[in-house]
Amino acid sequence: MITVSSLTVSRGERILFRDLSLSLASGEALALTGANGAGKSSLLRTLAGFIRPDAGLVAFGDVEPAEARANHIHWLGHLDGLKTGRRARDELGFQAQWSGATADGIAAAVAVLALEPLLDLEVRKLSAGQRRRLAFARLIASPRPIWLLDEPFAPLDARWRAAIGLLMQAHLDKGGGLIAAVHDPLPLPARALDIGVGR
Amino acid sequence: MILWRREIALAWAGGGGPLLACGFFLCLTVLVPLAAGGDPAGLKPVAGGIAWLALALSSILSLERLFERDLEDGALDLITLGPVPLELVVLTKAKAQWLAVGAPLALTAPVAAVTLGLPPALAPLVGLSALIGALGFALTGALGAALALGAKRGGLLIAVVVLPLFIPPVVFGAGALERAANGLSPAPALAFLAAYVLFAAVVTPFAAAAAIRNAQG
Repeated sequence: MITVSSLTVSRGERILFRDLSLSLASGEALALTGANGAGKSSLLRTLAGFIRPDAGLVAFGDVEPAEARANHIHWLGHLDGLKTGRRARDELGFQAQWSGATADGIAAAVAVLALEPLLDLEVRKLSAGQRRRLAFARLIASPRPIWLLDEPFAPLDARWRAAIGLLMQAHLDKGGGLIAAVHDPLPLPARALDIGVGR
Repeated sequence: MILWRREIALAWAGGGGPLLACGFFLCLTVLVPLAAGGDPAGLKPVAGGIAWLALALSSILSLERLFERDLEDGALDLITLGPVPLELVVLTKAKAQWLAVGAPLALTAPVAAVTLGLPPALAPLVGLSALIGALGFALTGALGAALALGAKRGGLLIAVVVLPLFIPPVVFGAGALERAANGLSPAPALAFLAAYVLFAAVVTPFAAAAAIRNAQG
């Protein structure tokens, strides 16, 4: 689904990684590990197209990169992208519909992630873990094959880490793929890639 | 459209930005006669110009909200990875800014101008020209907001970037009122104003989208 060849990315003067190659197949999970500042987030941002690499190519199978980024990628950064002043229902509605979800898809995501009691609250009243669940809901609501996740589990408790691990597994079983930057191992079988080793 | 509804809701959320802009506008037009001394008759010839200056300044107030908030909380990343090209996102946001903030200001402008001593017969023209001009302000304002993305004290930077770009609409808008006050047709000045808006509508989406991509990287 993703093929990265000889990628070089630098931030300012510092080269984060050089000649990095990786591939992600359908049904596969890739866990990016590495020290703080090693470039895990920058690699994800490069795949999502936010950072232009100094050299190298990112290809999405036979899909054009622009088309992949418009319709095939779910992005869950370490920021949730939720407006604190709006109700959870409005923010979920916007995020999910923007990603192409239908009303049925949103209802299914709300049920799976037990969001119903939160929907009428303002986002500012939600805890960090609840916000992450709310942001995660768009990944369930709208089917997109590639998930790019930056520290998806950081604010979640043990119960929801396990539950979202199962949702990730279900996504892989349906032929999707995911790349996640993590510090703790993913709660599912995943290939690990250590960033910054060959530097 | 999904983004359109969100932008309008956000413009009114959290303290009602449009009302704030209208209040600021009225404060400015009240301050000018006080600062100019006790002779209201002396203000009559420049009433239209003052109203346009106040309109330009009030249009800047809520520009920081346009992209900076979305960059800070990560929503801009999500919006970029949507089905709509970033250029169209910029245009939608600028149009929503126009409807939510510019249109209320355009309704306030005739009241303020007449208070300053403009002949009441010109009030509809003030409203019409302010409505056209406010679209120009929203478009070039969006460009300034995108250019200032990620900068510390971005709000101040936006004002410095955007105010010089606001000179042409202020000149044409106030010019239309001056012509009408002297019994001439305001059409040529309005045509220049509309031309400025069209130019901004063509340039802003591409320039602002490029600036946003740069700020995201």
